[in-house]
Amino acid sequence: MDFFVPILAAAVRSGTPILYASLGEILTERSGVQNLGLEGLMLMGAFSGFTVTYSTGNPWFGVVTAFIVGIAISLVHAFLSVSVGANQIVSGLAVTMFGTGASSLLGRKMIGLTIPGFSKVPIPFLSRIPVFGPVFFEHDPLVYISYGLVFFLVWFIFYTRPGLNLRAVGESPVVVDAMGLSAVKLRYFYTMIGGGLASVGGAYMSLAYTKMWGEGMTAGRGWIAIAIVIFAVWHPARAVLGAYLFGGVGAMQLRIQAAGTSFPAPVLMMMPYIFTILVLLVISIKKGRGILIDSPGSLGIPYSREERG
Amino acid sequence: MIFEGVLPVLSVLAALFLAGVALMFFGVSPLAAYRAMFRGALGSWYGFSEVLVKTIPLVISGVAVGFAFRMKIWNIGAEGQIYMGALATAAAVRFLQSSSQFSMLLAMAVAAVIAGGFWGCIAGVLKARWNVNEVITTLMLNYVAIHLAEYFIYGPWRDPSSLGFPMTPPFPPSARLPQFLDTRVHLGIVAAIVLVLIFRLVIRWTRWGFEIRAVGENPKAAEYAGIRYGRNVVMVMFVSGAIAGLAGMTEIAGLQGRLQPGMSPGYGYTAIIIAWLARLNPWGIIIVSFFMGVLLVGGETIQVIMRLPLASVQVIQGCILFSVLAFEFFRNYRVLLVRKERN
Repeated sequence: MDFFVPILAAAVRSGTPILYASLGEILTERSGVQNLGLEGLMLMGAFSGFTVTYSTGNPWFGVVTAFIVGIAISLVHAFLSVSVGANQIVSGLAVTMFGTGASSLLGRKMIGLTIPGFSKVPIPFLSRIPVFGPVFFEHDPLVYISYGLVFFLVWFIFYTRPGLNLRAVGESPVVVDAMGLSAVKLRYFYTMIGGGLASVGGAYMSLAYTKMWGEGMTAGRGWIAIAIVIFAVWHPARAVLGAYLFGGVGAMQLRIQAAGTSFPAPVLMMMPYIFTILVLLVISIKKGRGILIDSPGSLGIPYSREERG
Repeated sequence: MIFEGVLPVLSVLAALFLAGVALMFFGVSPLAAYRAMFRGALGSWYGFSEVLVKTIPLVISGVAVGFAFRMKIWNIGAEGQIYMGALATAAAVRFLQSSSQFSMLLAMAVAAVIAGGFWGCIAGVLKARWNVNEVITTLMLNYVAIHLAEYFIYGPWRDPSSLGFPMTPPFPPSARLPQFLDTRVHLGIVAAIVLVLIFRLVIRWTRWGFEIRAVGENPKAAEYAGIRYGRNVVMVMFVSGAIAGLAGMTEIAGLQGRLQPGMSPGYGYTAIIIAWLARLNPWGIIIVSFFMGVLLVGGETIQVIMRLPLASVQVIQGCILFSVLAFEFFRNYRVLLVRKERN
C-alpha cells in the first residue's frame, strides 16, 4: 500500500486539470457545440491565472481571472459556431492556435518566476481515513472544488429543469425553440461556461501543480480532455474516472522512471493515447450494436432558425 | 463570381489586421513585426529560398490532408503520419546500406509511404468498420507516433558519437536528396509539384476521384449509387497518410539529414489550415503553403530580431482561421444596401 497510496494521490492531483476541462467540455457538448480549443483555453488559463496571482499574491484572483478569460475566448468560438454556423472543428483549432500563441507571447516575461500558489489543506477527520484519506482529502482547495463540481453537475444535468433544457438543446435545438426557449442563447451560455472551466483547469496547472508558468505547459492535456468526454459518454461522474486514470498513468510513469527500471519512458507516455483509442473503439462497437449511448444527437451540427423544416 | 475569389484575400487581410491589433495589445509593435517578417522572408534570396524549403513539406502534407477532406474525412493526423514516414525513412537508411543513391532513395520513399499509409489506415479502418470518430483517433495517433519516434531516437538508434544529443547518426550521402544552387531547397520541391498535379488529376479525371467527390458531397446519395463508403474511407486514409509520410521522408532526407526530436514543427497541423484555406483547390494549396512558409520564416526572423517566441506565429495563424470562418457569413448571406425610399 505504501507504494500505491502516493501514486493514487498523484493521480488525483495530475488528473484534476483534465477533470476541469472535461467537465467544461461535457457542458459545451451537451448543448450541441463541440469545442476543440481546450488546449488553447487551458494555456490561456494557466498563463492569466499565473500572472494575476503573481501580481496580487492571491491565487483565488488567479482562478477567477482564468475563468473570465476562458469565457471571453469561448465567446469567439460560440459566435463562429452558433451565430455564423461555421465549421466547429476549424474554429476549435483556431482557438487552440490562438491560445497557444498568445499565451507564449504574453508569458515570455513570466518564465522562471515562481509563486506560492495553492497549498495543501488536509480535511480534518476525512484525511485520517486509511488509504482514502491521503488519496482524496490531502489536496489543495481546487481539488475539493472539483469534487463538488462533479456532484453539482450530475444533479444539474440529470435532475433539474435547466439541465433538461441543456440536454434538449444538444439533442434537438428545434424542439427547444418550439418550447419557447432560445437554442442560440443556451448554446452561447454553455459554450462560454465550458470554456471558462477548461481555462480554470489550465490555471490549476500553474497555480497548484507546477506553481510556475512555462510555454505550452499543458502538454496536450486539453486534447486528452476531449477524448475523456467521449470515454465518459458525456457523464460528469465517469469523467472523474477517466481523468484520474490518465493522471495515474502519468504519475506511474514518473515513479517507474524514478525507480530506475529500464522500461523506456516514451513507451509509457504513448499508453494513454492508445488507451483512448481503444475506449473509443469499444464505445463505437456498442453503438453499432444498437446499445443506447447517451450522446448529444446534434453535436457539432450548426442550427439555423431560418432553415428549420 | 469575382467575389468568391476576392473573399479569401479579403479575409487574410482582415486576419493580418486582427492579428496586428492582437500583437499591439500584447505589447508588440505590429508594423515592426510585419516589416521584420517580410524582410526576413522575402527581402533576400536566402530568405526566399528558406521560404521554399518550408513550403515543400507544407504543400505535400497539404495535399495529404486535402485528399481526405475531399471526402469530408478529417485527417488531423498528418503530423503523426509525417513522423511515421520519417521513422521508416531512418529505418531504411539504417538497415539497407546501398551505395546507389537511386535505389537507396527509392527504398526510403517506399518505406515512408507504407509507414505513413499504415498510420492513416488505422483511423480509416476504425472509421469504416466501427464508425469511430476519425478526428480523435488521428489526433491520438499523432502523440503515439511522436513518442514512438522518440523511443528510437533516445534509445536504440541514438548516435553514440552525438555527445548525448538525442539524434540518429547522420545519413550517408547516398541517402540524401540533392539540393539546388547552394541553397537548402531540395528535390522534395519537385515531388511537391508532381503530387499537386496528381492530386488534381485523380480528383478531377478519374473514376476514383469522382467517387471521392461524390461521397464528400453527399454520402447517402453516393451509397445509393453503389459507391462503397467503407472501402473508400480506408483507401483515402491510406493515400492521405502515405503522402504525409512522404513529407516526412523529404524533410529528413532533403533537409535535416538525420532523425531528431521535433523534426516537424507542426507541419501536419498547419496543413489542416492550408487545405481548409485553399478550399481544396490544388493551386490554392501551393499559394497558401507559400504564404504559410513566409509566416514561418518571418516568425523565425522576429524570434531572432525581436526576441519573440516562435509560437507568436500561431497568433497570426489563429487570427487567419477566425477571420476566414467569420467571412463564411458572407458566403451564406449577401449584404444588400437598401436605400430608404423617398416618398
